[in-house]
Amino acid sequence: MTTASIVIAFADLVAIALFIYGLHELNSPATARRGNRLAMIGMFIALVGVVASTEGVGWWAIAVGTAIGAIVGVYAALKVKMTAMPQMVALYNGAGGGAAALISTVEFYVVRGGTIAMDDVIAISLVLSAIIGAISFAGSIIAFLKLQELMTGRPVTYPGQQIVNAIVLLAILGLAGWFVVTLGVLPLWAFGVMMLAALLLGVLFVLPIGGADMPVVISLLNSFTGLAVAITGFELSNTLLIICGAIVGASGTLLTILMGRAMNRPITNVLFGAFGAAGGSEPAAGSGGPQQVRSATADDVAVMLAYASKVVFVPGYGMAVAQAQHSVKALADQLEKRGVKVSYAIHPVAGRMPGHMNVLLAESNVPYNQLLDMDDVNPEFPTTDVALVIGANDVTNPAARNVTSSPIYGMPILDVDKAANVVVLKRSMRSGFAGIENPLYEMPNTSMLFGDAKASIDELTAAVKAL
Amino acid sequence: MNDVSHYISLLTVLLLAVFVGFEVISKVPTTLHTPLMSATNAIHGIVLAGAIIVLAQLFGAPQQGPLMTILAIVAVALGAINVFGGFAVTERMLQMFKRKDAGK
Repeated sequence: MTTASIVIAFADLVAIALFIYGLHELNSPATARRGNRLAMIGMFIALVGVVASTEGVGWWAIAVGTAIGAIVGVYAALKVKMTAMPQMVALYNGAGGGAAALISTVEFYVVRGGTIAMDDVIAISLVLSAIIGAISFAGSIIAFLKLQELMTGRPVTYPGQQIVNAIVLLAILGLAGWFVVTLGVLPLWAFGVMMLAALLLGVLFVLPIGGADMPVVISLLNSFTGLAVAITGFELSNTLLIICGAIVGASGTLLTILMGRAMNRPITNVLFGAFGAAGGSEPAAGSGGPQQVRSATADDVAVMLAYASKVVFVPGYGMAVAQAQHSVKALADQLEKRGVKVSYAIHPVAGRMPGHMNVLLAESNVPYNQLLDMDDVNPEFPTTDVALVIGANDVTNPAARNVTSSPIYGMPILDVDKAANVVVLKRSMRSGFAGIENPLYEMPNTSMLFGDAKASIDELTAAVKAL
Repeated sequence: MNDVSHYISLLTVLLLAVFVGFEVISKVPTTLHTPLMSATNAIHGIVLAGAIIVLAQLFGAPQQGPLMTILAIVAVALGAINVFGGFAVTERMLQMFKRKDAGK
């Protein structure tokens, strides 16, 4: 080893230590920022080392590519609204997957040129990282389109869907097998077809998954990209890529499993169940006609809130869509001024990203000790005067407890129906993403306040202030 | 270096990293799951390093078509979006957790 390459190897080692310690620091809100900064420093050291190792070959192309990516990435990160975070993370993740796929494509070309020797490990890892990267890229784009509402958030299904997916997968595996057996000596078109098929599979795989299950999908795609990066590390014999990719792959898998557990549904059901597509047509819970609900005015609700002693806010995706988090905080301030005890019930899968509600409420300065997890808040509901449901639906649906025919039967829910009064803020009587009727709305202690969540909350705040 | 022992040591590294990943992440509270996902997302942006290596390989190779040059530059750009965007977005999220708990 030359002195330079030893220095670079040590730089990689320092970077890896910083990544792991940085992630460790993310386990508490107090140290999380430092953790992220440490990881950034690690990344900087690693990248300087890599650039040094190229000894200036192709420096202008590296500079151009990095500059374009850095400008686009940072600009988008600074411009995006907090409510659009999930789709932004999906896009960045897709970029990483796309990069892994392109690396393998270029490496394939370089290897064909004969400057680098091919062996079976390189062949296997090249083809795997190309395929997984492409799936992650295309899947992330579809997840983005769904979350940005540029396409329907509902599951897209058609007859024979699983069979089509299976055929595409088999085609990919067949071409990949050909690639490995011949050590990459196959026509260019075959490689091209394999890549196109992998992109197609990424699209087909995310299409049937409903908007409400997107947190699971994003987390899973994140672990896919991690896996692709780790495999790219094998292709290039690069420990840095292997370690970072493996850590991300493991963490993404763990997070996906945790979320599946929170919904009490196996991951396979989330991915292949086309959740909610069938549930809508099924006559749910006996109620045939339109649901009978009681609607209230903002003034009624304001009185209820102002004279309560304990109020629990139950935020859901509707709060994110209406960008109502600041209004919610303003209402909470008004209530606290009157001596009302306010807390927030956070369902593990509320929103479109794990911890989505926490980030939004943190943005509007809600102290994080008021944010209660499902297990902590459920015992509180029987002594709660008013549960204010802000754009949450399925996570409050009591049908999950006892209606065995309901698609969400068995999912742990927030027991808002046990509160003395329930107020549901909703845009209309349309059912949630899962397309399931919510018997909560028909209960005698429930009143509905229709309208845009932000506008409704602002009205409530004004009305409470006026009392 | 012997090829097999080289790959075995890489596999060992992979295995240990998987365990470290599980271990470190399992301690993160739900509140921080979004920043966590975003931070790990930024860390797999290390793929940028791979893109740079491959680009240098391509430029060092005897023949290089314009298509491959463009693909390699796009790979670097995508990797850079992942790294820089990922860290910037995580930083923004974490800024919101800055305030300490106000009295309740």
